[in-house]
Amino acid sequence: MGADVLALVALGSVALFVVGLKRLSRIRTARSGNALMAAGMLLAVVLTLIEQGLVDYRWIAGGLAVGAAGGVAIVLRAKATAMPEIVARFNGFGGAASALVALSLFWRHVVESGDAVTASAALGATSAATLVLSVLIGATTFSGSIIAELKLRGVLKGQPTIPVRGGVMGLLVLGGLALGGVAVLGVEDPTLAAGLVVGVLAVSLLTGLVLVTPIGGADMPVVISLLNSLSGLAAAATGFALANNLLIIAGTIVGAAGLILTQIMCAAMNRSLVNVMVGGYGTDAPSGDAAEYESIVSADAEEAAMVLEAAQSVIIVPGYGLAAARAQNAAYDVAKALEARGATVRFAIHPVAGRMPGHMNVVLAEAEVPYDLLYEMDEINQDFSQTDAVIVVGANDVVNPAANTEPGSPIAGMPILEVGKARRVFVIKRSLAPGYAGIKNALFEADQTVMLFGDAKAVLDGLASELS
Amino acid sequence: MGTLLVSVYVFVLAAFLGFELINKVPPTLHTPLMSGANAMSGVTIIGALSLVTVADPDASVLLGTAALVLATVNVVGGFLVTDRMLSTFSRRN
Repeated sequence: MGADVLALVALGSVALFVVGLKRLSRIRTARSGNALMAAGMLLAVVLTLIEQGLVDYRWIAGGLAVGAAGGVAIVLRAKATAMPEIVARFNGFGGAASALVALSLFWRHVVESGDAVTASAALGATSAATLVLSVLIGATTFSGSIIAELKLRGVLKGQPTIPVRGGVMGLLVLGGLALGGVAVLGVEDPTLAAGLVVGVLAVSLLTGLVLVTPIGGADMPVVISLLNSLSGLAAAATGFALANNLLIIAGTIVGAAGLILTQIMCAAMNRSLVNVMVGGYGTDAPSGDAAEYESIVSADAEEAAMVLEAAQSVIIVPGYGLAAARAQNAAYDVAKALEARGATVRFAIHPVAGRMPGHMNVVLAEAEVPYDLLYEMDEINQDFSQTDAVIVVGANDVVNPAANTEPGSPIAGMPILEVGKARRVFVIKRSLAPGYAGIKNALFEADQTVMLFGDAKAVLDGLASELS
Repeated sequence: MGTLLVSVYVFVLAAFLGFELINKVPPTLHTPLMSGANAMSGVTIIGALSLVTVADPDASVLLGTAALVLATVNVVGGFLVTDRMLSTFSRRN
Protein backbone atom coordinates (compact mmCIF):
# COMPACT_ATOMS: atom_id res chain seq x y z
CA MET A 1 0.00 0.00 0.00
CA GLY A 2 2.63 2.52 1.07
CA ALA A 3 4.74 1.64 -1.96
CA ASP A 4 1.75 2.13 -4.28
CA VAL A 5 1.04 5.57 -2.86
CA LEU A 6 4.68 6.52 -3.33
CA ALA A 7 4.59 5.24 -6.92
CA LEU A 8 1.52 7.41 -7.57
CA VAL A 9 3.20 10.47 -6.10
CA ALA A 10 6.18 9.69 -8.35
CA LEU A 11 3.84 10.41 -11.26
CA GLY A 12 3.73 13.96 -9.92
CA SER A 13 7.48 14.10 -10.42
CA VAL A 14 7.08 12.91 -14.03
CA ALA A 15 4.36 15.54 -14.60
CA LEU A 16 6.65 18.28 -13.27
CA PHE A 17 9.44 17.12 -15.63
CA VAL A 18 7.17 17.04 -18.68
CA VAL A 19 5.37 20.34 -18.04
CA GLY A 20 8.68 21.94 -17.01
CA LEU A 21 10.48 20.85 -20.18
CA LYS A 22 7.56 22.06 -22.29
CA ARG A 23 7.59 25.47 -20.61
CA LEU A 24 11.38 25.61 -20.91
CA SER A 25 11.00 25.62 -24.69
CA ARG A 26 8.96 28.88 -24.71
CA ILE A 27 10.61 32.19 -23.93
CA ARG A 28 7.92 33.62 -21.64
CA THR A 29 7.65 30.51 -19.53
CA ALA A 30 11.21 29.24 -19.70
CA ARG A 31 12.35 30.23 -16.24
CA SER A 32 9.31 28.81 -14.47
CA GLY A 33 9.74 25.63 -16.56
CA ASN A 34 13.24 25.20 -15.23
CA ALA A 35 11.96 25.73 -11.69
CA LEU A 36 9.24 23.11 -12.20
CA MET A 37 11.81 20.60 -13.42
CA ALA A 38 13.98 21.31 -10.39
CA ALA A 39 10.92 20.77 -8.18
CA GLY A 40 10.27 17.47 -9.96
CA MET A 41 13.83 16.41 -9.23
CA LEU A 42 13.53 17.39 -5.56
CA LEU A 43 10.30 15.41 -5.30
CA ALA A 44 11.98 12.39 -6.90
CA VAL A 45 14.84 12.57 -4.38
CA VAL A 46 12.48 12.98 -1.40
CA LEU A 47 10.30 10.07 -2.57
CA THR A 48 13.35 7.85 -2.97
CA LEU A 49 14.49 8.67 0.56
CA ILE A 50 11.01 7.97 1.99
CA GLU A 51 10.74 4.73 0.04
CA GLN A 52 13.99 3.47 1.53
CA GLY A 53 12.74 4.04 5.05
CA LEU A 54 15.25 4.14 7.85
CA VAL A 55 18.74 3.52 6.53
CA ASP A 56 22.21 4.71 7.31
CA TYR A 57 22.34 8.30 6.11
CA ARG A 58 25.98 9.22 6.44
CA TRP A 59 26.97 8.53 2.82
CA ILE A 60 23.72 9.98 1.52
CA ALA A 61 24.08 13.20 3.51
CA GLY A 62 27.77 13.49 2.71
CA GLY A 63 27.30 12.84 -1.01
CA LEU A 64 24.40 15.27 -1.34
CA ALA A 65 26.24 17.98 0.60
CA VAL A 66 29.50 17.67 -1.32
CA GLY A 67 27.69 17.46 -4.68
CA ALA A 68 25.41 20.43 -4.00
CA ALA A 69 28.32 22.56 -2.78
CA GLY A 70 30.37 21.56 -5.83
CA GLY A 71 27.53 22.37 -8.23
CA VAL A 72 26.88 25.78 -6.67
CA ALA A 73 30.62 26.60 -6.61
CA ILE A 74 31.08 25.73 -10.30
CA VAL A 75 28.13 27.89 -11.36
CA LEU A 76 29.10 30.86 -9.19
CA ARG A 77 32.64 30.84 -10.51
CA ALA A 78 31.61 30.48 -14.17
CA LYS A 79 31.72 33.46 -16.50
CA ALA A 80 28.84 34.09 -18.92
CA THR A 81 31.10 33.20 -21.82
CA ALA A 82 31.92 29.84 -20.25
CA MET A 83 28.34 28.52 -20.13
CA PRO A 84 28.81 26.01 -22.97
CA GLU A 85 31.85 24.51 -21.24
CA ILE A 86 29.93 24.24 -17.98
CA VAL A 87 27.08 22.41 -19.68
CA ALA A 88 29.60 20.02 -21.25
CA ARG A 89 31.18 19.33 -17.85
CA PHE A 90 27.88 18.75 -16.05
CA ASN A 91 26.85 16.46 -18.86
CA GLY A 92 30.03 14.43 -18.41
CA PHE A 93 29.30 14.18 -14.67
CA GLY A 94 25.79 12.90 -15.39
CA GLY A 95 27.13 10.20 -17.70
CA ALA A 96 29.82 9.21 -15.20
CA ALA A 97 27.22 9.03 -12.42
CA SER A 98 25.08 6.58 -14.40
CA ALA A 99 28.09 4.40 -15.14
CA LEU A 100 29.13 4.49 -11.47
CA VAL A 101 25.62 3.54 -10.31
CA ALA A 102 25.80 0.51 -12.61
CA LEU A 103 29.28 -0.38 -11.31
CA SER A 104 28.11 0.00 -7.72
CA LEU A 105 25.16 -2.31 -8.40
CA PHE A 106 27.50 -4.87 -9.96
CA TRP A 107 29.96 -4.76 -7.08
CA ARG A 108 27.22 -5.05 -4.48
CA HIS A 109 25.40 -8.04 -5.96
CA VAL A 110 28.19 -9.87 -7.74
CA VAL A 111 31.61 -9.08 -6.32
CA GLU A 112 30.76 -8.48 -2.66
CA SER A 113 28.13 -11.20 -2.31
CA GLY A 114 30.87 -13.80 -2.71
CA ASP A 115 28.54 -16.27 -4.45
CA ALA A 116 30.06 -18.00 -7.45
CA VAL A 117 27.16 -17.33 -9.82
CA THR A 118 26.93 -15.18 -12.93
CA ALA A 119 25.69 -11.59 -12.63
CA SER A 120 22.75 -12.63 -14.75
CA ALA A 121 21.79 -15.21 -12.11
CA ALA A 122 22.39 -12.84 -9.21
CA LEU A 123 20.60 -9.79 -10.66
CA GLY A 124 18.34 -11.16 -13.38
CA ALA A 125 19.13 -11.05 -17.09
CA THR A 126 17.52 -7.63 -17.76
CA SER A 127 19.31 -5.91 -14.93
CA ALA A 128 22.65 -7.52 -15.82
CA ALA A 129 22.40 -6.64 -19.51
CA THR A 130 21.26 -3.03 -19.00
CA LEU A 131 23.94 -2.57 -16.36
CA VAL A 132 26.53 -3.20 -19.07
CA LEU A 133 24.77 -0.70 -21.37
CA SER A 134 24.75 1.88 -18.60
CA VAL A 135 28.53 1.53 -18.10
CA LEU A 136 29.11 1.65 -21.86
CA ILE A 137 26.95 4.69 -22.61
CA GLY A 138 27.73 6.53 -19.37
CA ALA A 139 31.52 6.21 -19.68
CA THR A 140 31.44 7.15 -23.38
CA THR A 141 29.42 10.25 -22.46
CA PHE A 142 31.90 11.11 -19.72
CA SER A 143 35.11 10.96 -21.75
CA GLY A 144 33.41 12.53 -24.78
CA SER A 145 32.10 15.44 -22.70
CA ILE A 146 35.48 16.07 -21.09
CA ILE A 147 37.12 16.24 -24.54
CA ALA A 148 34.30 18.56 -25.67
CA GLU A 149 34.90 20.87 -22.71
CA LEU A 150 38.66 20.94 -23.36
CA LYS A 151 38.02 21.78 -27.01
CA LEU A 152 35.62 24.59 -26.11
CA ARG A 153 38.16 26.03 -23.69
CA GLY A 154 40.76 25.91 -26.44
CA VAL A 155 43.01 23.59 -24.41
CA LEU A 156 42.70 20.94 -27.12
CA LYS A 157 43.14 22.31 -30.59
CA GLY A 158 42.79 20.88 -34.06
CA GLN A 159 41.03 17.77 -35.15
CA PRO A 160 43.53 14.94 -35.57
CA THR A 161 42.30 12.32 -37.97
CA ILE A 162 42.07 8.78 -36.68
CA PRO A 163 42.54 6.26 -39.50
CA VAL A 164 39.47 4.11 -40.22
CA ARG A 165 37.73 5.80 -37.28
CA GLY A 166 34.35 4.32 -38.13
CA GLY A 167 35.80 0.83 -38.04
CA VAL A 168 37.67 1.54 -34.80
CA MET A 169 34.48 2.89 -33.19
CA GLY A 170 32.49 -0.13 -34.32
CA LEU A 171 35.13 -2.50 -32.97
CA LEU A 172 35.28 -0.67 -29.65
CA VAL A 173 31.51 -0.72 -29.17
CA LEU A 174 31.21 -4.37 -30.22
CA GLY A 175 34.24 -5.25 -28.08
CA GLY A 176 32.68 -3.48 -25.09
CA LEU A 177 29.38 -5.30 -25.61
CA ALA A 178 31.19 -8.66 -25.99
CA LEU A 179 33.29 -8.11 -22.86
CA GLY A 180 30.19 -7.06 -20.94
CA GLY A 181 28.17 -9.98 -22.23
CA VAL A 182 30.81 -12.47 -21.15
CA ALA A 183 31.19 -10.69 -17.79
CA VAL A 184 27.52 -10.91 -16.82
CA LEU A 185 26.44 -14.11 -18.58
CA GLY A 186 29.40 -16.43 -18.83
CA VAL A 187 31.63 -15.87 -15.80
CA GLU A 188 30.93 -17.22 -12.33
CA ASP A 189 34.20 -16.15 -10.71
CA PRO A 190 33.46 -12.68 -9.24
CA THR A 191 37.06 -11.46 -9.56
CA LEU A 192 37.25 -12.34 -13.25
CA ALA A 193 33.81 -10.82 -13.87
CA ALA A 194 34.89 -7.61 -12.12
CA GLY A 195 38.03 -7.49 -14.27
CA LEU A 196 35.95 -7.82 -17.43
CA VAL A 197 33.58 -5.05 -16.31
CA VAL A 198 36.57 -2.77 -15.70
CA GLY A 199 37.59 -3.71 -19.25
CA VAL A 200 34.17 -2.53 -20.49
CA LEU A 201 34.75 0.73 -18.63
CA ALA A 202 38.17 1.24 -20.25
CA VAL A 203 36.88 0.43 -23.74
CA SER A 204 33.95 2.85 -23.28
CA LEU A 205 36.19 5.68 -22.12
CA LEU A 206 38.30 5.10 -25.23
CA THR A 207 35.14 5.14 -27.38
CA GLY A 208 34.30 8.65 -26.14
CA LEU A 209 37.81 9.83 -27.02
CA VAL A 210 37.69 8.36 -30.53
CA LEU A 211 34.19 9.77 -31.02
CA VAL A 212 34.90 13.40 -30.12
CA THR A 213 38.63 14.04 -30.69
CA PRO A 214 38.51 14.27 -34.53
CA ILE A 215 35.56 16.70 -34.49
CA GLY A 216 36.40 20.40 -34.77
CA GLY A 217 35.59 22.96 -32.10
CA ALA A 218 32.92 24.58 -34.30
CA ASP A 219 30.84 21.45 -34.09
CA MET A 220 31.07 21.03 -30.31
CA PRO A 221 27.54 22.39 -29.69
CA VAL A 222 26.11 19.59 -31.78
CA VAL A 223 28.41 17.08 -30.10
CA ILE A 224 27.41 18.25 -26.63
CA SER A 225 23.75 18.05 -27.55
CA LEU A 226 24.27 14.50 -28.78
CA LEU A 227 26.22 13.59 -25.63
CA ASN A 228 23.37 15.11 -23.60
CA SER A 229 21.02 12.73 -25.35
CA LEU A 230 23.40 9.87 -24.55
CA SER A 231 23.57 10.75 -20.86
CA GLY A 232 19.78 10.55 -20.80
CA LEU A 233 19.94 7.09 -22.34
CA ALA A 234 22.58 6.08 -19.79
CA ALA A 235 20.17 7.14 -17.03
CA ALA A 236 17.38 5.15 -18.71
CA ALA A 237 19.63 2.07 -18.89
CA THR A 238 20.36 2.53 -15.20
CA GLY A 239 16.60 2.67 -14.67
CA PHE A 240 16.21 -0.73 -16.34
CA ALA A 241 19.09 -2.14 -14.27
CA LEU A 242 17.43 -0.93 -11.05
CA ALA A 243 13.85 -1.62 -12.26
CA ASN A 244 13.01 2.03 -11.55
CA ASN A 245 10.36 3.42 -13.91
CA LEU A 246 10.83 7.05 -12.87
CA LEU A 247 14.49 6.79 -13.88
CA ILE A 248 13.53 5.17 -17.18
CA ILE A 249 10.97 7.88 -17.98
CA ALA A 250 13.12 10.88 -17.12
CA GLY A 251 16.20 9.43 -18.80
CA THR A 252 14.36 8.48 -21.96
CA ILE A 253 12.67 11.89 -22.28
CA VAL A 254 16.11 13.53 -22.12
CA GLY A 255 17.46 11.01 -24.61
CA ALA A 256 14.69 11.71 -27.12
CA ALA A 257 14.50 15.48 -26.57
CA GLY A 258 18.30 15.74 -26.82
CA LEU A 259 18.23 13.93 -30.15
CA ILE A 260 15.59 16.34 -31.51
CA LEU A 261 17.58 19.33 -30.30
CA THR A 262 20.70 17.91 -31.99
CA GLN A 263 18.71 17.62 -35.19
CA ILE A 264 17.50 21.22 -34.91
CA MET A 265 21.08 22.43 -34.45
CA CYS A 266 22.33 20.47 -37.46
CA ALA A 267 19.49 21.95 -39.51
CA ALA A 268 20.55 25.45 -38.44
CA MET A 269 24.00 24.76 -39.91
CA ASN A 270 22.50 23.06 -42.95
CA ARG A 271 24.49 19.91 -42.28
CA SER A 272 23.58 16.36 -41.45
CA LEU A 273 24.42 14.73 -38.16
CA VAL A 274 26.50 12.15 -40.01
CA ASN A 275 28.46 14.93 -41.68
CA VAL A 276 29.20 16.46 -38.26
CA MET A 277 30.17 13.17 -36.62
CA VAL A 278 32.54 12.18 -39.42
CA GLY A 279 34.68 15.07 -38.22
CA GLY A 280 37.73 16.66 -39.80
CA TYR A 281 35.52 19.68 -40.57
CA GLY A 282 37.62 22.39 -42.19
CA THR A 283 40.86 20.41 -42.46
CA ASP A 284 40.69 20.03 -46.25
CA ALA A 285 39.94 23.68 -46.83
CA PRO A 286 42.57 26.19 -47.86
CA SER A 287 43.90 27.79 -44.71
CA GLY A 288 43.16 31.46 -44.19
CA ASP A 289 46.62 32.85 -43.54
CA ALA A 290 46.95 36.62 -43.55
CA ALA A 291 49.17 36.29 -46.64
CA GLU A 292 46.22 35.14 -48.69
CA TYR A 293 44.35 38.36 -48.27
CA GLU A 294 45.22 41.03 -50.83
CA SER A 295 43.16 44.18 -50.53
CA ILE A 296 42.51 44.66 -46.86
CA VAL A 297 41.43 48.12 -45.74
CA SER A 298 41.78 48.83 -42.07
CA ALA A 299 40.94 51.86 -39.98
CA ASP A 300 40.86 52.95 -36.37
CA ALA A 301 37.91 53.74 -34.12
CA GLU A 302 38.00 57.47 -34.88
CA GLU A 303 37.67 56.98 -38.64
CA ALA A 304 34.96 54.38 -38.20
CA ALA A 305 33.03 56.67 -35.84
CA MET A 306 32.99 59.39 -38.51
CA VAL A 307 31.23 57.05 -40.93
CA LEU A 308 28.88 55.71 -38.26
CA GLU A 309 27.86 59.22 -37.20
CA ALA A 310 26.15 59.65 -40.55
CA ALA A 311 24.47 56.24 -40.57
CA GLN A 312 20.70 56.10 -40.21
CA SER A 313 20.44 52.34 -39.86
CA VAL A 314 23.03 50.11 -38.21
CA ILE A 315 23.07 46.38 -37.60
CA ILE A 316 25.49 44.84 -35.11
CA VAL A 317 26.47 41.21 -35.76
CA PRO A 318 28.01 39.56 -32.69
CA GLY A 319 30.10 36.40 -32.80
CA TYR A 320 32.22 34.39 -30.41
CA GLY A 321 34.86 37.14 -30.39
CA LEU A 322 32.39 39.40 -28.59
CA ALA A 323 31.80 36.80 -25.91
CA ALA A 324 35.50 35.99 -25.58
CA ALA A 325 36.42 39.66 -25.16
CA ARG A 326 33.43 40.19 -22.79
CA ALA A 327 32.50 43.10 -25.03
CA GLN A 328 28.72 42.83 -24.63
CA ASN A 329 28.42 45.96 -22.49
CA ALA A 330 30.66 47.90 -24.86
CA ALA A 331 28.55 46.75 -27.81
CA TYR A 332 25.40 47.98 -26.09
CA ASP A 333 27.13 51.29 -25.29
CA VAL A 334 27.87 51.75 -29.00
CA ALA A 335 24.24 50.89 -29.82
CA LYS A 336 22.96 53.44 -27.29
CA ALA A 337 25.35 56.13 -28.59
CA LEU A 338 24.17 55.53 -32.16
CA GLU A 339 20.52 55.60 -31.09
CA ALA A 340 21.13 58.88 -29.30
CA ARG A 341 22.27 60.20 -32.69
CA GLY A 342 18.99 59.13 -34.25
CA ALA A 343 20.04 55.89 -35.90
CA THR A 344 18.06 52.66 -35.79
CA VAL A 345 20.24 49.97 -34.24
CA ARG A 346 19.52 46.26 -34.28
CA PHE A 347 21.45 43.14 -33.39
CA ALA A 348 21.45 40.25 -35.88
CA ILE A 349 21.84 36.85 -34.24
CA HIS A 350 22.96 33.93 -36.37
CA PRO A 351 21.55 30.65 -35.02
CA VAL A 352 25.01 29.20 -34.44
CA ALA A 353 26.96 32.35 -33.64
CA GLY A 354 29.18 31.77 -30.63
CA ARG A 355 29.80 28.26 -29.51
CA MET A 356 26.24 27.17 -28.95
CA PRO A 357 22.90 28.11 -30.42
CA GLY A 358 21.51 30.91 -28.32
CA HIS A 359 24.95 31.67 -26.89
CA MET A 360 24.84 35.26 -28.17
CA ASN A 361 21.43 35.82 -26.62
CA VAL A 362 22.75 34.73 -23.24
CA VAL A 363 25.79 36.99 -23.53
CA LEU A 364 23.85 40.06 -24.75
CA ALA A 365 21.20 39.52 -22.12
CA GLU A 366 23.96 39.89 -19.52
CA ALA A 367 24.47 43.43 -20.80
CA GLU A 368 20.69 43.98 -20.56
CA VAL A 369 20.35 44.58 -24.29
CA PRO A 370 16.56 44.81 -24.76
CA TYR A 371 15.10 41.69 -26.24
CA ASP A 372 13.29 43.53 -29.03
CA LEU A 373 16.62 44.74 -30.47
CA LEU A 374 17.69 41.15 -31.15
CA TYR A 375 16.70 39.77 -34.54
CA GLU A 376 17.10 36.25 -35.78
CA MET A 377 18.74 35.60 -39.13
CA ASP A 378 15.54 35.00 -41.10
CA GLU A 379 13.92 38.15 -39.73
CA ILE A 380 16.73 40.49 -40.67
CA ASN A 381 18.55 39.02 -43.68
CA GLN A 382 16.47 40.90 -46.25
CA ASP A 383 17.18 44.22 -44.48
CA PHE A 384 20.96 44.29 -44.99
CA SER A 385 20.63 45.80 -48.48
CA GLN A 386 18.89 48.84 -46.97
CA THR A 387 21.32 49.21 -44.12
CA ASP A 388 23.89 51.99 -43.95
CA ALA A 389 26.44 50.23 -41.77
CA VAL A 390 27.03 46.83 -40.26
CA ILE A 391 29.39 46.24 -37.36
CA VAL A 392 30.60 42.63 -37.23
CA VAL A 393 32.04 41.93 -33.79
CA GLY A 394 34.24 38.85 -33.62
CA ALA A 395 32.15 36.80 -36.05
CA ASN A 396 33.64 35.08 -39.06
CA ASP A 397 32.15 31.91 -40.53
CA VAL A 398 28.55 33.04 -40.01
CA VAL A 399 29.12 36.04 -42.33
CA ASN A 400 31.36 34.25 -44.86
CA PRO A 401 29.92 34.59 -48.39
CA ALA A 402 31.75 31.40 -49.39
CA ALA A 403 28.75 29.55 -47.99
CA ASN A 404 26.73 30.90 -50.92
CA THR A 405 29.36 31.29 -53.64
CA GLU A 406 31.77 28.35 -53.33
CA PRO A 407 30.09 24.97 -53.66
CA GLY A 408 33.29 23.20 -52.58
CA SER A 409 33.66 25.17 -49.36
CA PRO A 410 33.27 23.25 -46.09
CA ILE A 411 30.53 25.69 -45.09
CA ALA A 412 28.80 25.55 -48.49
CA GLY A 413 25.06 25.76 -48.07
CA MET A 414 25.17 27.01 -44.48
CA PRO A 415 22.76 29.94 -44.17
CA ILE A 416 24.73 33.10 -43.43
CA LEU A 417 23.98 36.67 -42.45
CA GLU A 418 24.28 38.54 -45.73
CA VAL A 419 26.14 41.53 -44.31
CA GLY A 420 27.96 42.06 -47.64
CA LYS A 421 24.82 43.70 -49.01
CA ALA A 422 25.07 46.63 -46.62
CA ARG A 423 26.58 49.92 -47.79
CA ARG A 424 29.44 49.78 -45.31
CA VAL A 425 30.74 46.88 -43.22
CA PHE A 426 33.04 47.25 -40.24
CA VAL A 427 34.63 44.04 -39.04
CA ILE A 428 36.12 44.08 -35.56
CA LYS A 429 38.62 41.23 -35.24
CA ARG A 430 41.91 40.63 -33.52
CA SER A 431 43.59 39.39 -36.72
CA LEU A 432 42.89 37.80 -40.06
CA ALA A 433 43.07 34.36 -38.50
CA PRO A 434 40.38 32.03 -39.85
CA GLY A 435 37.29 31.14 -37.87
CA TYR A 436 36.36 27.68 -36.69
CA ALA A 437 35.80 26.38 -40.20
CA GLY A 438 39.44 27.27 -40.94
CA ILE A 439 38.77 29.06 -44.22
CA LYS A 440 39.36 32.43 -45.81
CA ASN A 441 36.58 35.02 -45.66
CA ALA A 442 36.17 37.06 -48.85
CA LEU A 443 34.02 39.57 -46.96
CA PHE A 444 37.20 41.01 -45.41
CA GLU A 445 38.48 41.93 -48.90
CA ALA A 446 35.23 43.41 -50.18
CA ASP A 447 35.21 47.03 -51.29
CA GLN A 448 32.76 48.19 -48.66
CA THR A 449 34.53 46.40 -45.81
CA VAL A 450 36.79 48.14 -43.33
CA MET A 451 38.68 46.06 -40.78
CA LEU A 452 39.01 47.39 -37.24
CA PHE A 453 41.80 45.28 -35.80
CA GLY A 454 41.99 44.86 -32.04
CA ASP A 455 40.34 43.43 -28.98
CA ALA A 456 36.56 43.67 -29.44
CA LYS A 457 36.01 45.41 -26.12
CA ALA A 458 38.80 47.95 -26.67
CA VAL A 459 37.61 48.81 -30.18
CA LEU A 460 33.95 49.11 -29.14
CA ASP A 461 34.85 51.22 -26.10
CA GLY A 462 36.80 53.46 -28.47
CA LEU A 463 33.83 53.71 -30.83
CA ALA A 464 31.44 54.46 -27.98
CA SER A 465 33.57 57.29 -26.66
CA GLU A 466 34.06 58.77 -30.15
CA LEU A 467 30.32 58.68 -30.74
CA SER A 468 29.17 60.17 -27.46
CA MET B 1 2.13 -7.93 -18.20
CA GLY B 2 5.49 -8.67 -16.63
CA THR B 3 7.58 -5.95 -15.01
CA LEU B 4 10.07 -5.92 -17.87
CA LEU B 5 7.33 -5.53 -20.45
CA VAL B 6 5.81 -2.64 -18.49
CA SER B 7 9.24 -1.00 -18.42
CA VAL B 8 9.62 -1.45 -22.18
CA TYR B 9 6.21 0.18 -22.69
CA VAL B 10 7.26 3.02 -20.41
CA PHE B 11 10.51 3.40 -22.33
CA VAL B 12 8.89 3.56 -25.76
CA LEU B 13 6.13 5.95 -24.66
CA ALA B 14 8.62 8.21 -22.90
CA ALA B 15 10.69 8.31 -26.09
CA PHE B 16 7.65 9.45 -28.10
CA LEU B 17 6.88 12.03 -25.43
CA GLY B 18 10.44 13.36 -25.57
CA PHE B 19 10.34 13.60 -29.37
CA GLU B 20 7.02 15.47 -29.32
CA LEU B 21 7.87 17.80 -26.44
CA ILE B 22 10.65 19.56 -28.29
CA ASN B 23 9.73 21.20 -31.54
CA LYS B 24 9.86 24.75 -32.87
CA VAL B 25 12.21 25.92 -30.15
CA PRO B 26 13.47 29.47 -30.78
CA PRO B 27 17.29 29.43 -31.19
CA THR B 28 17.50 31.75 -28.18
CA LEU B 29 16.45 28.88 -25.99
CA HIS B 30 18.64 26.14 -27.46
CA THR B 31 21.39 26.59 -24.90
CA PRO B 32 19.12 26.90 -21.84
CA LEU B 33 17.02 23.98 -23.06
CA MET B 34 20.08 21.80 -23.53
CA SER B 35 21.27 22.86 -20.11
CA GLY B 36 17.92 22.13 -18.45
CA ALA B 37 17.60 18.74 -20.14
CA ASN B 38 21.15 18.02 -19.05
CA ALA B 39 20.22 18.77 -15.43
CA MET B 40 17.28 16.41 -15.82
CA SER B 41 19.60 13.60 -16.92
CA GLY B 42 21.09 13.87 -13.45
CA VAL B 43 17.97 11.96 -12.36
CA THR B 44 20.36 9.04 -11.99
CA ILE B 45 20.81 10.63 -8.54
CA ILE B 46 17.86 8.54 -7.34
CA GLY B 47 19.66 5.40 -8.48
CA ALA B 48 22.75 6.46 -6.57
CA LEU B 49 20.68 7.18 -3.44
CA SER B 50 19.36 3.63 -3.40
CA LEU B 51 22.87 2.17 -3.35
CA VAL B 52 24.51 3.99 -0.46
CA THR B 53 22.21 2.93 2.34
CA VAL B 54 24.71 1.14 4.56
CA ALA B 55 27.56 2.49 6.62
CA ASP B 56 30.29 0.02 5.59
CA PRO B 57 32.69 1.62 3.17
CA ASP B 58 32.60 -1.30 0.71
CA ALA B 59 33.65 -0.77 -2.87
CA SER B 60 29.97 -0.69 -3.89
CA VAL B 61 29.18 2.06 -1.38
CA LEU B 62 32.21 4.09 -2.43
CA LEU B 63 31.28 3.76 -6.11
CA GLY B 64 27.70 4.70 -5.25
CA THR B 65 28.84 7.72 -3.26
CA ALA B 66 31.01 8.89 -6.14
CA ALA B 67 27.94 8.53 -8.38
CA LEU B 68 25.84 10.45 -5.85
CA VAL B 69 28.33 13.34 -5.70
CA LEU B 70 28.61 13.63 -9.50
CA ALA B 71 24.86 13.30 -10.04
CA THR B 72 24.19 15.96 -7.39
CA VAL B 73 26.68 18.33 -9.04
CA ASN B 74 24.88 17.66 -12.34
CA VAL B 75 21.43 18.32 -10.88
CA VAL B 76 22.11 21.28 -8.59
CA GLY B 77 24.64 22.94 -10.89
CA GLY B 78 22.58 22.17 -13.98
CA PHE B 79 19.33 23.75 -12.79
CA LEU B 80 21.23 26.67 -11.28
CA VAL B 81 23.19 27.45 -14.43
CA THR B 82 19.99 27.19 -16.51
CA ASP B 83 18.26 29.61 -14.17
CA ARG B 84 21.23 31.96 -14.42
CA MET B 85 20.99 31.99 -18.21
CA LEU B 86 17.23 32.53 -18.12
CA SER B 87 17.29 35.19 -15.40
CA THR B 88 19.14 37.48 -17.81
CA PHE B 89 16.32 37.01 -20.35
CA SER B 90 13.41 37.81 -18.09
CA ARG B 91 14.98 40.88 -16.51
CA ARG B 92 13.83 43.14 -19.33
CA ASN B 93 10.36 41.69 -19.83
